[in-house]
Amino acid sequence: MSAAQAPAPQQALHEALLRIGDSTLILGHRVSEWCGHSPVLEEDIALANVALDLIGQTQLWLGLAGEVEGAGRSADALAYRRDAAQFRNLLIAERPNGDFGMTLMRQYLFDAYHMLLLQRLTASSDPRVAAIAAKAAKEVAYHLERSADLVVRLGDGTEESRRRMQTALDELWSYTGEFFIADAIDEAMADAAIMPHPASLKDAWLAEVSATLSEATLKVPASTYAHKGGRRGVHSEHLGHLLANMQFLQRAYPTAVW
Amino acid sequence: MYAQMVQTDATHVRKLDEMSPEERAFQERIDRGEKIEPKEWMPDAYRKTLIRQIGQHAHSEIVGQLPEGNWITRAPTLERKAILLAKVQDEAGHGLYLYCAAETLGVSRDELTELLHSGKMKYSSIFNYPTLTWADIGAVGWLVDGAAIMNQVPLQRTSYGPYARAMIRICKEESFHQRQGYDIMMKMAQGTPEQKAMAQDALNRFWGPALMMFGPSDKESVHSAQSMAWKIKINSNDELRQKFVDQTVPQAKYLGLTVPDETLRWNEEKGGHDFAEPDWSEFFEVLAGNGPCNRERLSARVKAWEDGAWFREGLVAHSEKVAARRAAPRAAAE
Repeated sequence: MSAAQAPAPQQALHEALLRIGDSTLILGHRVSEWCGHSPVLEEDIALANVALDLIGQTQLWLGLAGEVEGAGRSADALAYRRDAAQFRNLLIAERPNGDFGMTLMRQYLFDAYHMLLLQRLTASSDPRVAAIAAKAAKEVAYHLERSADLVVRLGDGTEESRRRMQTALDELWSYTGEFFIADAIDEAMADAAIMPHPASLKDAWLAEVSATLSEATLKVPASTYAHKGGRRGVHSEHLGHLLANMQFLQRAYPTAVW
Repeated sequence: MYAQMVQTDATHVRKLDEMSPEERAFQERIDRGEKIEPKEWMPDAYRKTLIRQIGQHAHSEIVGQLPEGNWITRAPTLERKAILLAKVQDEAGHGLYLYCAAETLGVSRDELTELLHSGKMKYSSIFNYPTLTWADIGAVGWLVDGAAIMNQVPLQRTSYGPYARAMIRICKEESFHQRQGYDIMMKMAQGTPEQKAMAQDALNRFWGPALMMFGPSDKESVHSAQSMAWKIKINSNDELRQKFVDQTVPQAKYLGLTVPDETLRWNEEKGGHDFAEPDWSEFFEVLAGNGPCNRERLSARVKAWEDGAWFREGLVAHSEKVAARRAAPRAAAE
């Protein structure tokens, strides 16, 4: 890529921060949809906790995105006043919850990636990014421990639980390739040592996921096809519905303070 | 109050001279303010009544997640969403402590869950009302948690040790819940005309049901008298309702909202407000299953349980496999 095509550094950082903050926002929202409906009380508590962590991280990432943008937009303005095409989350985050197995598998595949990303971000050349990552990494270490443990127990549980976990894995696998696909924004972030190059996370992620899935007696799908587009604003039909729900009050009463 | 109209099986409050020596010694310990612990002797009726009361309380925490969960995905800011998530997580945690307290009396969580799902055990009537606007989330925290605190603060001194200790922890969190509810109401009441209207409408709809949370007058109730003798109920329903009204009326005034009761007046002589009784026919209809959300609330819980059966079975199967694998090398070595 020639220098002339490179995005302006602040613009690139803003976009890159949206990609992280929007992913935690949308996944946190999805997880919060389970509230009061999970299979066992301990899971209601755990899911609320995971959602709460993700929303808390969103406040930090989108807060910084707004600050970097310098246009006076707060984290709330970014979360509640953008339409789907302006969202930069990974597609996997907006996948519908499905059954509890689908929700867990989505969480595990994301957590394994999220953990690696945050570990690398703690060494970011931008101290603001490093500080948020250090805080979030403590929380996500717990998310990963929990989701990996449950994937193993349910994969290696009953025939029914194994079937459900394998179905979830087969369906979600094609949404994991997007974690590692880079564009000009990612290149700029990697060149400035602000964020790791997405492709550099792939081997470690695959090693972690393969080990856990093997312990869970689940079969890693052979397909390498990757759905993509979320990180540049091209989403599934699901995101619009999610936003219609999430943004309802801010859109219906635009002058109100809550 | 999350436990309403708890039956004791009593026909009258037993006097000391009617009691067996064991029972008398038990009652005397309670009278001295001692705590009863799980492995100690207790009358069957005390055990059964506590199971009903703690079970109903636990179920209320669990079902109570639903009306608030209804607004988690639509919370208007990230901060409000985070606070509401934390609150609903607390409620689930309260359910967990309470089921654990009930387990010390010899009933499992699964048995209690089955009784809830079959309709044999109740949860608080308040959770059969819908949350229609964001202001309802404020009203639930302010009024519903406010009413719950009225009952739960004295229960920190209840005679059954595990229940009293659960209540101490729960009360700390409930007072935070009430403050967050009032904080939402403040923002709404100071907000746009639409927000103010939502706040007033929420108060209009939740006032009566909140007063009903204390249950009908139990001046004549043998069950309440027996529960009070056992110190698993500390105040009468009317006392707590009065205290709640006296606390809440000035708060409503501060918000600039009108309590929907034209007869509401300060009574200097009794040092409290006079107020209208809520509509008890509505209360009994809700208890009979005819509240606006009874069917939805219970069916949501039953669905969650049934849809999650494979999950629970999977975890059990895995732990059995792990145990078998651990045992296998030992068996082979022998």
